[in-house]
Amino acid sequence: MPASHTNFDVAKVRADFPILNQLVNGHPLVYLDNAATTQKPQAVIDALVHYYTCDNSNVHRGAHTLSDRATAKFEAARKTVAAFINAESASQIIWTRGSSESINLVAASWGGANLKSGDRILVSALEHHSNIVPWQMIAEKTCASVVPIPVDESGTINMVAFSALLDSRVKMVAVNQVSNALGTINPVEEIIRLAHSVGAKVLVDGAQAIAHWPVDVQAINCDFYAFSGHKLFGPTGIGVLYGKRELLEQMPPYQGGGEMIETVSFDGTTYNQLPYKFEAGTPDIAGAIGLAAAIDYLNSLDRVALAAHEDALLAYATKKALAVPGLKIIGTAQSKAAVLGFVLEGIHPSDIGMLLDQQGIAVRTGHHCAQPLMEQYGIPGTVRASFSFYNTFDDIDRLFAALEKVRQLLL
Amino acid sequence: MKTFGVDITSTDIVDTLTFFDSWDDRYKYIIDLGKELPPMNASDHVDENLIRGCQSKVWLSSESREGRLFFNVDSDAFIVKGLLAIVLAAYNGKTPAEIRAFDINGFFESIDLMRHLSTTRGSGLQAMVARIQMLAA
Repeated sequence: MPASHTNFDVAKVRADFPILNQLVNGHPLVYLDNAATTQKPQAVIDALVHYYTCDNSNVHRGAHTLSDRATAKFEAARKTVAAFINAESASQIIWTRGSSESINLVAASWGGANLKSGDRILVSALEHHSNIVPWQMIAEKTCASVVPIPVDESGTINMVAFSALLDSRVKMVAVNQVSNALGTINPVEEIIRLAHSVGAKVLVDGAQAIAHWPVDVQAINCDFYAFSGHKLFGPTGIGVLYGKRELLEQMPPYQGGGEMIETVSFDGTTYNQLPYKFEAGTPDIAGAIGLAAAIDYLNSLDRVALAAHEDALLAYATKKALAVPGLKIIGTAQSKAAVLGFVLEGIHPSDIGMLLDQQGIAVRTGHHCAQPLMEQYGIPGTVRASFSFYNTFDDIDRLFAALEKVRQLLL
Repeated sequence: MKTFGVDITSTDIVDTLTFFDSWDDRYKYIIDLGKELPPMNASDHVDENLIRGCQSKVWLSSESREGRLFFNVDSDAFIVKGLLAIVLAAYNGKTPAEIRAFDINGFFESIDLMRHLSTTRGSGLQAMVARIQMLAA
């Protein structure tokens, strides 16, 4: 077990996550499914309890103290998110249910207004179904087409092929910053620069990146950025769409309802200003406040040290994986977030997942909502261990000891 | 080769699984049950026999002989194949009326491990049971 090369105290942060301290099937839990969802620190749980205990009320319309308090916290949460990703203004932060809804919003609203027959939407072969299917749906309506950007054997976007695909037909490029299935970190700044050179807009799916290092939407110069609260130590049900102001202002509303309107009449309705134009109905107020608590918690830690710890975990796990007979790592890009996807020769991933669970180890198995990618590798799926800063080197030792037990049982 | 539902019954399986103390012995037994299934003909590995919604591939073919239903099952995952063998111990060679009358959830409930796995969507157990019950309807 390598000594941590930073002064990062993993035991101290683990104590902030009460769920980690439990037995599963008689073994201390080893939670390695962080790419699916992250666990919540006590500060987030407390914020949710406090909101429902003291402040619960509807936002923006009450003529009473509780509503004012809920509204103030809800809008402060928007500012917290804006600062967290360095958005120009909080009015460019749209609350959604998660990355998937953020992408659906852009595809339906921006895509519906801007795509026409013959236009192309480029998506990488690494994408989650959430960043493929909404584009296919709008492409079908507008007679545009969705074209995959090829990915090589290591799981790296082929930038030469990407450049060759760029021409005036391309109106949108939708890529993830980090692949959920493989962990590949994509060169989004370069992708955005190249896409802009032919006049295309770029949506970055940040679902898998946002938990790992600071994101600056102005520095990468993306047109849209999507992420989910629950993958950032916040509650489920809350997500974020960032967009450039001029694009958001031009886009028609996504859904109709309360909040998103200015005036309603049967002669015609006028829509509210940003960001409310895109927020029909009562939002996930508690979720937004919980997400802000998660961001405050992260900001209280040394994020450089957290990222270094995650890199060390991945390096350690990769080294151990390479020593397992018959194990093949799926996803060997040069630049990777803390995700280890693998297959074991002769054993179905679902068998491995079930037998690891018996030993208290939580991983994800299957196609990871990236069927086109699994098809490219010719495999039914992988076992995916994904790490967060609260994981330890001991967690990785437990994973590989358990994997040895799986091999003994099945081979 | 033993016939599931005749030589290996649902009662045998409950008795054996209850007898083991450790989880790895139980899983070893389940995996071995899967290995005792008669091999499925390659010609039966077709899309119409494939059961959707499972993480691993699961095939089920059936035939009716003298008023009884006989099933052939296969999977590309070891544990799922063993679980399918357990389902067959309950259903194979039974009349449609017997299949309809059998309390499969009670059977799963009586085995701790099956209770857990039968609610796991990826295991394909519920989809398999639903298909068999449809054939016996």
